[in-house]
Amino acid sequence: MNILSVIVQRLGLGILTVLIVSLLVFVGTEILPGDVAHAILGQGATPELVANIRERLGLDEPAHLRYLAWLGELLRGDLGTSLANGAILNDVIGERIGNTVLLAAVTAAIAVPLSIVLGLVASTRPDSAIDRLISTSTLALISVPDFLIAVLLVSLFAVQLGWLPAIANLNRVDGFLEYARVLALPVTALSFTVMAHMARMTRSAVLNVLTSSPIEMAILKGVPKWRIILVHALPNAIAPIINVIALNLAYLITGIVVIESMFNFPGVGRLMVEGVTTRDIPLVQAAAMIFCSTYVVLNLAADIVSLIANPRVRHPK
Amino acid sequence: MVERIAIALREARRDLTPTAAVCLVIISLVLLAAILAPFLAPYREGEILTTGSFVSPGDGLLLGSDYLGRDLFSRLFYGLRLTVVVSFMIAFLAFLVGCSLGFLAAVLGGRFDMLISRLVDALIAFPAIMLALIVLTALGPSIPVLVVTIAFIDSTRVFRVARALGVDIVVQDYIEAATVRGERFGWLMWHEILPNALVPLAAEFGIRFTYAILFISALSFLGLGVQPPQADLGVLIRENMQGLLYGTFSPLYPALCIAAITVSINLLVDWYLRRNDAASPEDLQ
Repeated sequence: MNILSVIVQRLGLGILTVLIVSLLVFVGTEILPGDVAHAILGQGATPELVANIRERLGLDEPAHLRYLAWLGELLRGDLGTSLANGAILNDVIGERIGNTVLLAAVTAAIAVPLSIVLGLVASTRPDSAIDRLISTSTLALISVPDFLIAVLLVSLFAVQLGWLPAIANLNRVDGFLEYARVLALPVTALSFTVMAHMARMTRSAVLNVLTSSPIEMAILKGVPKWRIILVHALPNAIAPIINVIALNLAYLITGIVVIESMFNFPGVGRLMVEGVTTRDIPLVQAAAMIFCSTYVVLNLAADIVSLIANPRVRHPK
Repeated sequence: MVERIAIALREARRDLTPTAAVCLVIISLVLLAAILAPFLAPYREGEILTTGSFVSPGDGLLLGSDYLGRDLFSRLFYGLRLTVVVSFMIAFLAFLVGCSLGFLAAVLGGRFDMLISRLVDALIAFPAIMLALIVLTALGPSIPVLVVTIAFIDSTRVFRVARALGVDIVVQDYIEAATVRGERFGWLMWHEILPNALVPLAAEFGIRFTYAILFISALSFLGLGVQPPQADLGVLIRENMQGLLYGTFSPLYPALCIAAITVSINLLVDWYLRRNDAASPEDLQ
């Protein structure tokens, strides 16, 4: 099959996935057995307030029409208005999305190369002391909740030593150094878990390649070790490693929601948590669509890159 | 039967590494503390003992007081109990659903397998926390909602493992023999497939249990899980975060409790898999 047609096919699949995600997001917020308006208002539900909410959510229309209307607005780039305070969501989210992207990008820039190196080192010397050290410490790290690492970091660097701020206030921050100071703790906390997962998966992916028959052949031929790793193993390991990176973006998304709330970081993750607390359905829907579509798009990109990296796809028989 | 268990236990003890032994001790202590919480905790859960917030340890308060002047040490017992019970329910429910559907898909194959596998693929393409946050917005946080939601998310992972194991087992000769003998689905699932998938499934149960602990703690920590006055370990961390500013380590104790359980279980699972020379369930997905 031609590589171009494969890529087009994957793109189509990606669009389909985003559509399914949108359906899930919509259905998820609509699974309430009773009336959403009553549930949002709780005990303070007066008939006028209920009518007001019903009208704003358009609850008097059938569900499939509401879904299509919502999807149509999303496609036109209109995220709707907040139920809690009537704010335009495009503005609220637009203000914060840059911060979340910054946090995620800095974390990825640090965690991805480091964990790949760790995974490579561990996989090239399986069962050696260094491999044991890396494997056990990463296993311990993935079992530890992100907030334990965050609490430890805050209590050490912010409270005991007083070097770094415990709360990530980006309002009056300018200059690179100031940014670095504010981001240091959230980024470190976030990197730990992501790195642990990624290093472990890289190790098993590369180990998988290293035990395959072509590599065994190269070893038997007496090819030097560095050449085996760089010339024979690495090109075949690129695709699995890229998949590992994409898979770990899921941990990054979970981590972002927790860490942003922990450090009062003004990002979309914290906004979403606030939205869940106040049961602000349009806000949660919008934030979920942003996080999930990003996840789908990044996975798709990884998929396409690993397709291109795979020689068997690039040069079809 | 008793004799066989005794032999198995003796063999397990022989293979026990120091790390695994320590993990086993920690897990037993945690379970004991959870079961006996009302007898072991020096004070009742909600009892306000002093008027000061974050009083330092001493005066019968082993770990000091929390923000309302309650005994943190006693609250840890009750928090641990709630976390363990809720997480166990989640893991159990996820297993019941995931294994049944996974084995069924393996035995039936064909359209049923296709349909349910694609459905699971779609759900797994969704970051778990997003699914949880969406459902919590609609239904509000309560323990039954949390248990069912997280169990549902987890069951998709269990399904994949159970199906992968089942597909490998279904092609074995003894299954063919059983089919020829005229056994029904139920028998095939519970008497032929399950016993032969027990080692990886036991490991998977450990992994799901720790995952449930981490997930429910994270949600409680965000204020979206267990709601006060009930408190699990996540709520205890949230409630006591302010304590750091008073120079106490109060949020660290519940966080360390969580880490002690999850790290021990994961290391024990790792030992168990190595000992039985079985593949990690994560690789089966």
